Amino acid sequence: MDKRDAMVGGWGARIALWAPYFWLIVFFLIPFLIVLKISLSQTADASPPYVPTLDLSAGLAGVKALLGGLGLDNYRTLLSDDIYALSYLRSLEVASVSTAILLLIGYPIAYGMARAPKRLQAVLVMLVILPFWTSFLIRVYAWMNILQTGGLLNRVLAALGIIHAPVVWLPSDTAIYIGIVYSYLPFMVLPLYATLEKMDETLLEAAADLGAPRWKAFWQVTVPLSLPGVGAGVLLCFIPITGEIVIPDLLGGSDTLMIGRTLWTAFFTGRDWPVASAIAVLLLLLLMVPIAVYQNLQMKSVET
Amino acid sequence: MQRRLSAFNVVSVALGLAFLYLPIAILMIYSFNASSLVTLWGGWSTHWYAVLLDDQDMRDAAIASFGIATASATAATMLGTCAALALTRLGRFRGRTGFAAMIYAPLVMPEVITGLSLLLMFVAADVDRGFVTVTAAHTTLTMCFVTVVVQSRLATFDRSLEEAAMDLGCPPARTFLTVTLPLIAPAVVAGFLLAFSLSLDDVVIATFTTGPGANTLPIRIFSEVHRGVKPEINAICTILVTVVAIAIFAAALISRRSAEGETVGLPAK
Repeated sequence: MDKRDAMVGGWGARIALWAPYFWLIVFFLIPFLIVLKISLSQTADASPPYVPTLDLSAGLAGVKALLGGLGLDNYRTLLSDDIYALSYLRSLEVASVSTAILLLIGYPIAYGMARAPKRLQAVLVMLVILPFWTSFLIRVYAWMNILQTGGLLNRVLAALGIIHAPVVWLPSDTAIYIGIVYSYLPFMVLPLYATLEKMDETLLEAAADLGAPRWKAFWQVTVPLSLPGVGAGVLLCFIPITGEIVIPDLLGGSDTLMIGRTLWTAFFTGRDWPVASAIAVLLLLLLMVPIAVYQNLQMKSVET
Repeated sequence: MQRRLSAFNVVSVALGLAFLYLPIAILMIYSFNASSLVTLWGGWSTHWYAVLLDDQDMRDAAIASFGIATASATAATMLGTCAALALTRLGRFRGRTGFAAMIYAPLVMPEVITGLSLLLMFVAADVDRGFVTVTAAHTTLTMCFVTVVVQSRLATFDRSLEEAAMDLGCPPARTFLTVTLPLIAPAVVAGFLLAFSLSLDDVVIATFTTGPGANTLPIRIFSEVHRGVKPEINAICTILVTVVAIAIFAAALISRRSAEGETVGLPAK
């Protein structure tokens, strides 16, 4: 037997595979199936607040009773009430706009990092990663400090003579965009940097030798080669932003319709677990395509 | 080749870093503000840190948070390292695609969905919510990050070292402990610290899965912050940022001392 196989086939390998596999089935797959089931149940004044529940002691009859009690009512509610459609659309809009802004801001930063002297690059990467490890909540709160009516932004703008009366930044859409762009910037910059840094610079020399001006070489050589990084960065930002809840909650005030918040309110305030579950299922369906694309990119990048 | 770093490159990197760091720096400076008015500067003082120390709720929340972060990061490091080994060493085993999908999905999954589904499972299984449920939830989220960090290290790993050990008669388990583990240790440590700080930071999943006696710091901060900016909150945020920053620098030092400056970072590379 090959030596490699000895390491692969042993009991150690079996534990290495089964422990995380089992964990993910119990804490990731099964919970999701339960959400799916509850999204098909009805709200009830009970504990837990939905019917039907599975009565295992009744055996097969219990399963039949459960299946008979399930229906698509919650999905009909989601379709008939405008507030849900508006929330989904608004989330997609906020996610698209902020991802576009992130790409516009993130690309020059990543490009500058990739062209910096090699020794400096490690430090720059560290500096961009560091805020990513800091709590989202704290980073959003930091902006609340700056954006409050008597805060630093208004005072700087007033000192510069740009504004004459304090601007109310909180709550506003502008504040939401600032908060999102600030929080997700490292997620955009790092994948972009990773592809730009690997780029073969001789290609640019070749383009220059053949008489291409620098902007044209950038547009026709650098940009196409960085597309995998663009894809990873865009997905890494777009998907979580769509479900974002803390940022719109703190910076956008109570009337911001984003789907994460609508779910949160339905669950915690309305105690309507079945509708909250249906919102989650639809949100996941909406994000299924981008998530699948991201997983493919991720698997390829790790395995090549 | 000769890199030409244009003024535009320098300015965009400098502005980007300023944008990332200024808000946090301002927050930290204002935590030492003597004035109780959050918008006015009244001189340096550590008054708000003293106020914080007297706050029993905050202390309980801090203890709960550090306990959950330690427990979940430990579990996540073991599970995540196993998963990384399985993904890189076991070839194309049956169910690999599903396994990989479950590893990469939580990385981008909106937290509300993860939080809601875990809570509903705990309710359906009739588990009392508290320390254990939040720990399990954080383990699930953070093990995936550990997997990605360790996996990227294993991908550049020199397999001939292990083969040499086994050719010399070393049994597989011993080879793993004496050759493989020390070589991937920096990534494992970095994964642990990443898991620790992610757990310490999470508010959404914790809010869903928590119960009596397990209010974490972010849950406390989140409910306080709804009532506006307060100097004590600036102080607790400063402490959290400092703790996480120290952990990160430790991780960076450890990985620099061992390998050739491997970077620890985001899932997508």
